[in-house]
Amino acid sequence: MSALLSDTTTRPELGTEAAPPSRTPHRRGRRGVARWVVLALAAGFALLMLAPLLLLVLNAFKTGADYSANGPLTLPESFSIEAFQQYLAIVDYPRALVNSIVISGLVAVLGTALALVTAYGIGIGRVRGRGWMLAIFLLATMLPQEALIYPLFYGAQATGLFNTIWSVVIVFTVLQAAFGTYLLSSVMATIPPSLLEAAALDGAGRLRILTTVVFPVLRPTLSVLVVFFFVWTWNEFYIPLVLLSDQSAQTIPIALATLQGQNSIDLTALNAGSLLSLLPTLIFFLIFQRTLSRGVTAGAVK
Amino acid sequence: MTSTTTRKLARSGQHSYWWYLVPMILGTLAIVLVPFAMNVWTSLFQWKGGLSPMRWYGLGNYADLLGDAQFWLAFKNSVFMILGIVVVPTLIGLLLAAVLFDYLGREFGPRVAATLRALYYLPQILPIAVAGFIWSWVLATQGGLLNSVIGAVGGTSPPDWLGNPDIAIYAVMLVLVWLQIGYPVVIFMAALQRVDPELYEAAALDGAGWGRRFTAITVPQIRPEIFVVVITATVGALKVFAPILILTGGGPEGSTVVPSYYSYRNFFELSKVGYGSAIATVMAVVIFAIAGVLLWLQRRDTEGGNA
Repeated sequence: MSALLSDTTTRPELGTEAAPPSRTPHRRGRRGVARWVVLALAAGFALLMLAPLLLLVLNAFKTGADYSANGPLTLPESFSIEAFQQYLAIVDYPRALVNSIVISGLVAVLGTALALVTAYGIGIGRVRGRGWMLAIFLLATMLPQEALIYPLFYGAQATGLFNTIWSVVIVFTVLQAAFGTYLLSSVMATIPPSLLEAAALDGAGRLRILTTVVFPVLRPTLSVLVVFFFVWTWNEFYIPLVLLSDQSAQTIPIALATLQGQNSIDLTALNAGSLLSLLPTLIFFLIFQRTLSRGVTAGAVK
Repeated sequence: MTSTTTRKLARSGQHSYWWYLVPMILGTLAIVLVPFAMNVWTSLFQWKGGLSPMRWYGLGNYADLLGDAQFWLAFKNSVFMILGIVVVPTLIGLLLAAVLFDYLGREFGPRVAATLRALYYLPQILPIAVAGFIWSWVLATQGGLLNSVIGAVGGTSPPDWLGNPDIAIYAVMLVLVWLQIGYPVVIFMAALQRVDPELYEAAALDGAGWGRRFTAITVPQIRPEIFVVVITATVGALKVFAPILILTGGGPEGSTVVPSYYSYRNFFELSKVGYGSAIATVMAVVIFAIAGVLLWLQRRDTEGGNA
């Protein structure tokens, strides 16, 4: 509903009313100062929040010796990529990157497809017992992963999927689809019945109605789901940590986390590793910024 | 909602619609329902995992939990998690969203508001493991960022943020607030676009200041979204795991242990699988119960609002 976070909605007449500062100079002048103070406070808060990230970048380009001599607050003595080289020597970053992309990409597409098909049966097909099923899907999204992990751990070992990306792909396809089904089922209810009727009168079967009517109508919501499932899966920690102990199958966050507490590695190398690990998400964020903020709201309206 | 034809469609062949549900039903059975049932079953045994024998223990694990100080501390720490993920970010988020939308957006244009919103939201998209890693550097006693800043401005003997059992939980809360704040800001800003601008104009004409408009219009108008944020964030707070594992490992002296971490530790470090399963089961029940209460309150609120 309120899903569109467009940049153009906050331009009411009030804004123009505030623009010319000359009409009532005294009052406007005081208010003029106040508005800059508020802006400075809001921007200062943003800067404070970003400070760890900015300093992370700064320190990733230092040598270990520079860091231990001068601490984290100075500019690098010389621009060095030594820290990156050190991190890349310990962690197979390209491999982790491919793993993360494959896992998140597959889950995003498969999870959305599974949610679409399931929600079609529930929202349009209105099968009996749909209320119960939606309740179970809702519970599945709230269930702590701790309450699943040990059986999943054993299940993955028994099926030979342990330490392969497929274990994680299967688990998250289902878990994300549970949320997706919950969301899409209510969105399906907003599809005008006349659309479905017209297609049915034309002799279209259920599968055809799904692919030629429902799918195109839901396309915007589905694209939000794809983007979100991708990011969520990319950032997942607990289940990948347990199911992917082998470096060859690890995702980017897990590869970084396994270095926790190893004092032999330079802090700057860990900074470089953190930077490399957040870079893909950052790029993704910049590309899909609008979709992401729209998706947050779509999730909220559920 | 249902026109006659859709109803007819549904009635005429309900069975064939079942085929669309088969993959998800199988998936939910395999990934959620059966594993959860197995977890509950395992919690009735003493079991070291692997091939070791499972010894029937009945409700013994649950009885042991009642007398386990670590377990109670873990749930007490969940209250801190709720403060750090629900209460503080929601309050700050309300304020920031209102300032961004209702003041800065109007004074400086929507671009400024949108940019600030994106900056606040940035920590939300970071992988939690990466964010935790960055903060364990920020909070490190030796050579950590925060203590370097304190030293640079002349502070002596800065605190051992993550190593002092009295303050570690607050240091963790700080990280959680940082992580979480963008979520309420984004949702509340979107919610505010739904509010009729005439309400604000009328209030302004009546001489209501910004603070008065905030409490009289902004907060009541976006109650549904506040509910959603509180519910989703509370469930998230009860499940916090990665920040604890990465920042403190439950320490120092067990002072920052939370339920999820305590079950993880029993599963994979102490090899007390039955006990870990019991903790996980209790967690699930607590989350369902609290979420149930919140959802009930939300529903009552919505119905009351419509009446």
